[in-house]
Amino acid sequence: MGIWFSLFFVVPLAIIVAYSFMKRDMFGGVIREFTLDAYKQMFSAAYAKIFFRTLWMTLVATAISILIALPCGYAIARSRHQTTLLILVIVPFLTNSLIRIFAWMTILGEDGMLNGICEIFTRLCFFVTQNKDGIFEPHKFMFTKTAVILVSVYMYLPYAILPVFTSVDRFDFTLLEAARDLGATKAGSIFRIMIPGIKSGIISALIFTFIPIFGNYTVPQIIGSTESYMLGNIIMDQIQKARNLPLASAFSVLLTVVSMAAILFMLSSGKKEASLKKMKKE
Amino acid sequence: MDFLISVILALLKRNPIAKNEANKHAKRGWKRRARAFSFSNTVLIIALLFLFVPLFVIIFYSFNASKGSKFTGISLVWYEELLFKSGRLWMSLLYSAIVALVSAAISTVLGSLAAIGNNWYKFKGRSYIQSVSFLPMVLPEVIMGVSLLIFLSGIHMNLGLGTIIIAHTTFCLPFVYLMVSARVDEFDYSIIEASHDLGANETQTLFKVIIPAIMPGIMSGFMMSVTMSIEDFVITSLVNGNVETLPIYVYNMIRHGVSPVINSLSFVLILLIGGLAVLLRKSLKGFAAGH
Repeated sequence: MGIWFSLFFVVPLAIIVAYSFMKRDMFGGVIREFTLDAYKQMFSAAYAKIFFRTLWMTLVATAISILIALPCGYAIARSRHQTTLLILVIVPFLTNSLIRIFAWMTILGEDGMLNGICEIFTRLCFFVTQNKDGIFEPHKFMFTKTAVILVSVYMYLPYAILPVFTSVDRFDFTLLEAARDLGATKAGSIFRIMIPGIKSGIISALIFTFIPIFGNYTVPQIIGSTESYMLGNIIMDQIQKARNLPLASAFSVLLTVVSMAAILFMLSSGKKEASLKKMKKE
Repeated sequence: MDFLISVILALLKRNPIAKNEANKHAKRGWKRRARAFSFSNTVLIIALLFLFVPLFVIIFYSFNASKGSKFTGISLVWYEELLFKSGRLWMSLLYSAIVALVSAAISTVLGSLAAIGNNWYKFKGRSYIQSVSFLPMVLPEVIMGVSLLIFLSGIHMNLGLGTIIIAHTTFCLPFVYLMVSARVDEFDYSIIEASHDLGANETQTLFKVIIPAIMPGIMSGFMMSVTMSIEDFVITSLVNGNVETLPIYVYNMIRHGVSPVINSLSFVLILLIGGLAVLLRKSLKGFAAGH
């Protein structure tokens, strides 16, 4: 397995790092010559804009997922039907991701379900207000940043719920009782005792949602438009259409570096916590 | 799919605190105080609805009589078309099945051996395997796809079924490794000593003692690989050449105008995968019962 991995994972990664420093030639290949062109191109204004847009959209989607995941994980951990609820969370995710995205297309589309509901409501309003000339105009839900964020949250919500659930489940509930005995309110004890207690779970939930959304390709490709393209789309476009391998490689390196930074952040905070616990014990 | 692993591991490796009597009591007491429709429960219910809405929409529209998004009546038109007029679709399903089974088989064999070897023998590059196998699970798929594509075209390999299998094996391997490792970790080393004492040699011990004992782990690794392989789109779309696997076919259909055949296909797939999940659960139960 070591050999397989070196051959098909480590070596290719090394190659894209190398490619990102090379010049492109006319036919979609590379010239073996050291240059920083690809990086210069990458940091030009147009691409920088896409980078920050990706970062912003990812952060919003991650924040929403975590905010939903916290009460969910808490509710599952406390429930008597843990296993059933966990299976319910996972089941939608056994369907093909493309099919789920397609379902969202049917919901968000111009004559889709959401617009149908809106239409009924506006008609109802017209009826109530006796407005006979009112015309219903379908909203444009598809191909917007909001739609991309919504579907991203949908796709990666379980990635957030499950780590939160695990850490709440492991949390020592006697601490909450102690806090209550010492006079804390219910909300106070949850926010001041529980949230710090499950910090590591929250951080891993953050990372597990942040990384895949950050490197996402399919959701912005299908749900979004050029206005909401993210880094993943740039890489694919450079490979499949522009055939600019060095630039694609440079973007991949950027994506790898950001993801690795996130992972290292997670690992280091985990270590910090472990060493703190050790100190307490001693 | 790494979240699946985290659940399974969480369910298997229950923390000692959870079993602590005082903690149980505290948890129960905390529960008693909570109302049925507390804030967190409400959010959970809404979130579950949110997760299931698209599935219901798919099933609902698969019985739609007309092509558009307007519902015009119940019919089985699209199931008929799915069964009798979609040759390309069935071809892609066949390709997906071939790729899934072959790559799952390769990754299961390699991953299990690596897990066994890594846990019991000390050799150079041991920690290398451990850290490297962690990476593909956390890096975005696009990166693995791009790097594989550049590498494969660099060594002038023709893109096609072979390259898809290589790619899928690569991203399934770490998961098999993880699942089997979890099992091997809990394995009682004295059993191996006993088999040596009874006169078995290394190979006999491996095949007659170790592998049967960690079989549940191997099986769930295999199942997982199959599901992940059938599911994958991004990596496949980069290295597929002309071969159309199921996700690629679905993507092409979405791109070139919406067809309700996808809805009926999805419902059939949901049923199929539901069946597979039941199977997986059974093997997981065996996994849990074994320890």
